[in-house]
Amino acid sequence: MIVVTQLPFVGTLVISFMRWNALEPDDRGFGGLANYKAAFEDPALRSSIKTTVLLTAAVVLVSLLLGLVLALLLDRRFRGRGIVRTMLITPFLVVPAASALLWKHAIYNASYGLLNGTLTWLWSLFGSTRAPQPDWLSTTPLLAVEASLIWQWTPFMMLILLAGLQSRPMDVVEAARVDGASTWQVFRYLTFPHLRRYLELAALLGSIYVVQNFDAVFTLTSGGLGTANLPYTVYQTFYQGHDYGQASAEGVLVVICTILLATFALRTVSSLFREESL
Amino acid sequence: MTAATTTLSAPRRRAAAARRGGALLGLLAWGCGVLFFLPFAWMVLTSLHSESAAATNPPSVGAGLTLQGYREFFGAGTGVSPWPPLINSLTASVASTLLVLLLSIPAAYALSIRPVRKWTDVMFFFLSTKMLPAVAGLLPIYLIAQNAGMLDDIWLLVILYTAMNLPIAVWMMRSFLAEVPRELLEAASIDGAGLLTTLARIVAPVAMPGIAATALISFIFSWNELLFARVLTGVVAGTAPVFLTGFVTSQGLFLAKVCAAAVCISVPVLVAGFAAQDKLVQGLSLGAVK
Repeated sequence: MIVVTQLPFVGTLVISFMRWNALEPDDRGFGGLANYKAAFEDPALRSSIKTTVLLTAAVVLVSLLLGLVLALLLDRRFRGRGIVRTMLITPFLVVPAASALLWKHAIYNASYGLLNGTLTWLWSLFGSTRAPQPDWLSTTPLLAVEASLIWQWTPFMMLILLAGLQSRPMDVVEAARVDGASTWQVFRYLTFPHLRRYLELAALLGSIYVVQNFDAVFTLTSGGLGTANLPYTVYQTFYQGHDYGQASAEGVLVVICTILLATFALRTVSSLFREESL
Repeated sequence: MTAATTTLSAPRRRAAAARRGGALLGLLAWGCGVLFFLPFAWMVLTSLHSESAAATNPPSVGAGLTLQGYREFFGAGTGVSPWPPLINSLTASVASTLLVLLLSIPAAYALSIRPVRKWTDVMFFFLSTKMLPAVAGLLPIYLIAQNAGMLDDIWLLVILYTAMNLPIAVWMMRSFLAEVPRELLEAASIDGAGLLTTLARIVAPVAMPGIAATALISFIFSWNELLFARVLTGVVAGTAPVFLTGFVTSQGLFLAKVCAAAVCISVPVLVAGFAAQDKLVQGLSLGAVK
């Protein structure tokens, strides 16, 4: 376990201090902090840090909010609830590489994608042939990546929050209702406090996965137009630039960012544990 | 008399209003469900169209259906067969899932039923490994694989996926195994059952749904993984997602084929996921949601 999961990172740490470019095999040696200096001075890396933060924050927050609304809707009894739940789960189950391809070609494509096709159809209803046909991936690249990821992650948030809602002690809610509490009061003072740790858990697990996202960025935009996030930048430096030292230094930076997130995550999970052992 | 009627009908009026509101919210839920399902439905519909009907603007919903896209995906006429990548994916996912189960059940058993000292620390260690981003270990793994001559070898992915999914699996299994009644275990040990017998005869049957959920999630993560598969495999050991990204550059008239490919590669995960929706929730939240 330790060997396979931790040793590679030690390797990354060591290589990050070395001059090592696979295209120049003779020039290999100790480079000190040169890689880190280069990484920090590289505007592309700085922009990819910004992109990673924006992408993760936007995707996690929006999908958490949508997930909450959907979970509240699905918590009620209505005809066909099982079918609706199955439909809502689907985006999460589609292979990420496949869903990225779907959005790129079948939805965003400027000349035959579903979005522009729908615009053409809507405009034609009013007798116009000049519907706007934006090229979504080049005009709003980051938003396009975010939308596809929100589509993919909302079901995940919904599933966890739905489980939280259904584990809520109903007798307390009944009692509050008898005492004349309004729907909003029940939500604000009973449901929401109970849901809080589920919200935190969903947000943290979501962040851990979205920070690492590679499939969507790789497929949708190939990191172009300011959508390269950290994992994609590391991949590029290593796989296309063959600069092993530089890629490792960037990898270490990714880890530092994630550790900040993870410390927070562990604290939440540890509070879950304490409740469980009580 | 009139006063009595109004007091009676007020709750009734409120109940009627609540019913109407409930129906409205049900409709809203349906709307959201359809909206989220739409892109997938569009993918399936496009995959069933001919290439010329697939790439139209505005979209042609009513065009005749054909299996041409699927026939082309399975190599008819183009000579590129999807079977080797599909078999690679299946090998990597199934083999690593089996290994994960083999390793995580005893580990989780030790952590849940016979608590070792400082077990929470051990659990945190397991979880912390999951928080290390995959890219941070990519390069050393690449170099080790290169030196070991294991690049483009599907068994390298089996080892890596096992390592990747093991922490999550131990976490999930622990919470599932913690639900096995102690009395059963005590009875077994009085009857003189060894560790292996206890695991196979008592723990496994009781914890079966949990084991299934763990296996499912391990399978899904392995099947979906792209970054490692892309960097560490090539022509021989490429997995289905890698094969799929080969379509990234294909433009224009291959839309139906691309969608057919995406549908085919998603089917195993979709089927497994639909079949085990409830277990999936418990598993994804690391068993913490109870």
